[in-house]
Amino acid sequence: MTDSLLDLTGLTKAYPGVVANDDVSLRIAPGEVHALLGENGAGKSTLVKMIYGLVKPDAGQMLMRGESFAPTDPHAARQAGVGMVFQHFSLFDALSVAENIALGMENPPRMRELSQQIRDVSDTYGLPLAPDRTVGDLSAGERQRVEIIRCLLQEPKLLIMDEPTSVLTPQEVEILFKTLRKLSAEGTAILYISHKLEEIRSLCDSATILRLGKVVGHCTPRETSARDMAEMMVGSALKTPTRDSKEPGEVTLRLNNLSARSAHAFGMPLRDISVEVRRGEVLGIGGVAGNGQDELLNALSGETLVGAGMITFDGRDIGLLGPTARRALGVLTAPEERLGHAAVPDMSLTENAMLTGATREGLERGGMLDWGKARSFAEKIIKTFDVRTPGPANAARSLSGGNLQKFVIGREVLQRPELLVVNQPTWGVDASAAAAIRQALLDLASGGTAVIVISQDLDELMEISDNFAALNEGRLSPSRPAQGLTVEEIGLMMGGAHGMEVAHV
Amino acid sequence: MIRLEKRPQPSRALSLSTPIMAVLATFIFGGLLFAALGKDPIEALQTIFWQPLFGDYAFYYRPQLLIKGAPLVLIAIGLSLGFKAGIWNIGAEGQYIMGALFGAGVGLAFYPLEAWYIFPLMVLAGALGGWLWAMIPALLKVRFGTNEILVSLMLVYVAEQFLASMSLGLLKNPEGYGFPGSRNLQQYASAHNAELFAGSGMHWGVVAALIAVIFAYVLLARHRLGFAIRVTGEAPRAARFSGVNPARLVLFCLGTSGLLAGLAGMFEVAGPSGQVTIDFNVGYGFTAIIVAFLGRLHPIGILLAGALMALTYIGGDIAQSNLGLPAAAIQVFQGMLLFFLLALDVFTHYRLRFGAAEAA
Repeated sequence: MTDSLLDLTGLTKAYPGVVANDDVSLRIAPGEVHALLGENGAGKSTLVKMIYGLVKPDAGQMLMRGESFAPTDPHAARQAGVGMVFQHFSLFDALSVAENIALGMENPPRMRELSQQIRDVSDTYGLPLAPDRTVGDLSAGERQRVEIIRCLLQEPKLLIMDEPTSVLTPQEVEILFKTLRKLSAEGTAILYISHKLEEIRSLCDSATILRLGKVVGHCTPRETSARDMAEMMVGSALKTPTRDSKEPGEVTLRLNNLSARSAHAFGMPLRDISVEVRRGEVLGIGGVAGNGQDELLNALSGETLVGAGMITFDGRDIGLLGPTARRALGVLTAPEERLGHAAVPDMSLTENAMLTGATREGLERGGMLDWGKARSFAEKIIKTFDVRTPGPANAARSLSGGNLQKFVIGREVLQRPELLVVNQPTWGVDASAAAAIRQALLDLASGGTAVIVISQDLDELMEISDNFAALNEGRLSPSRPAQGLTVEEIGLMMGGAHGMEVAHV
Repeated sequence: MIRLEKRPQPSRALSLSTPIMAVLATFIFGGLLFAALGKDPIEALQTIFWQPLFGDYAFYYRPQLLIKGAPLVLIAIGLSLGFKAGIWNIGAEGQYIMGALFGAGVGLAFYPLEAWYIFPLMVLAGALGGWLWAMIPALLKVRFGTNEILVSLMLVYVAEQFLASMSLGLLKNPEGYGFPGSRNLQQYASAHNAELFAGSGMHWGVVAALIAVIFAYVLLARHRLGFAIRVTGEAPRAARFSGVNPARLVLFCLGTSGLLAGLAGMFEVAGPSGQVTIDFNVGYGFTAIIVAFLGRLHPIGILLAGALMALTYIGGDIAQSNLGLPAAAIQVFQGMLLFFLLALDVFTHYRLRFGAAEAA
């Protein structure tokens, strides 16, 4: 037992209606980079929350260096040498880097000493970061560095990283991996949560795979193919989306120097975006989160009105038309945020079908709403897209993320769009549902619809796009055929490492 | 530790039964309050809730119920549309005053001409007065992003100054021996909002309130605009996404609530009150806020809540004069009703959990 850092045996945690972790055992050695693999809802988050003291296990035991380890809160976990970098950052935009870090400390040193410590750590581990910068001005990658440095200042023995690369460009991922390898070489163990298999193959020494709360396998990532790991995660063979190849049609959407301010104080304005999309084409738009994705979708949906001539659709200037008028023309969109943007959480699926379907599905006449028709439309979406729910009278909030996503995408797809814009169509959706959504998008394109997929999942974009462009600081790179693009080229289109170079690694 | 846990679906049974439970809790704690004041609680509750409806003088009190209830319902219906969308018109009292001044002003301008069109013109003027007064916070909000709560509330005090100025100046009765206040519209047949059936309390304002209830019900259940109001209240971003224009919605909701409050003021000044006086307004515009929430912003609920509120007013008056209960005790009693309703309302969306806290 002496050679392991953390030993988990028989951990079980049940929530009402679901067993999140069922008899999970895991062993991590000092300096080991251990991957925790699994689909959404497999129980990865619950497991790390137990290690970090956020959730108390119902049964099972944890040993840290051979001693019993049962943190009651994150403070106790940090004391024991566990650090965690969350997928969603908890930083204050209006404060500086050093102030944010001081806020998370028990006894923060003086600001000048702390700044020096931050500089030291950032130099040692190749995480360039100026302590006096305001967090609101930082890129997502830089914000992540703030979180990592915050953890490293406590000199953790075990660093937990939850999906760290979803906000990074490929170049930034390389920098991060160098840091993690250095940490590992110094004896810090890393528990690395991800579903990006190629990354795990390049970084991790060992992997534990979870499915439905249970450990279903261990493997050595370097010796296992990505496809095998994926099938262990899903528990069945994966279907790859297919499409009929054909000639693209005429240009239908034209963005001409599209510029728009963001609705939020720390949002990203759109700057001079020009691109053309043809009928039957799938344009994939990549980029790190927060580089104008939401703003672009809002500009296309009509939630943000833009200047005359900036958006033409089938030769018509639609920049000044609102969402309803655009829908009437066949411009449909599906925003990233499901609850509260694409759907109303406390309203039924019938009402949510009415939300965007009123115009094109003829659910209203002269301002009066036809709830019977709306219910049939909701039922049709549920049936066609295999949405798991007792029925259309259920509130949107009661659906799981993946099911609601199927409903939201299905609602737009079934309205026969001429142009469909989706933002993060498979975010938080399990692999089989994600494949179904991608297939639906490809089928639409085959039928002559122009499809724009905004996503941070590069594998997804490469799988379904005809052309690829990247958003970086509100600017869109020229669109290029997706076939034959290398990861390096894509990374450069996404802005490279945002002007950061690897330092003293 | 006691925690509140959000229910996946709001409980329908509780949503229907909380108003009744709130009334029962008010009975119990109100009874304790009256007992603490040295009054017989059963007698006090009986005086408040039984006397006006079935007591010896019910023939006098029942019409009063309609007279008090109608303006409350009319105003609360308008307010509820905005409240549902998260647009907070707190200044219905001011819109009520302006409606009364516009309506009475038009009526008095024709004095002493007798013609059939005078009363309809007064109705239009009353609606216009309330609407215009509500358009001030609406336009300021749309144009400059001001807070409609503050602006509409402040305008109540401006309207009260207008009211005082009018009763002492422009609208003062030239034959009133120098007393403040206008001519009595009850004595001017063409402008009088008379009872439709003598002794029933049923005047045009009651009819308007009932029409408003039906109108609001259809609007919210079946019309695109009502759907836009509900979506905006639940999820403003989703509303924008679905094509709702937030500015137009602000103008509609504030405008409609002002219009209905103006109508209520006009029917009051031309009917039960009869006169523009300094103390014409008695707080219907503020009480209507309570009525709107007591009726959980649902048209039928508001109708019932308005009736209940009118009952506690009239019953409270009787209890004051017959039992010598202080006016403050009656107000506390009414406050309890709202408190219990809102407190119990939490449980339709949340359930109580006993047990150790657990961070998620």
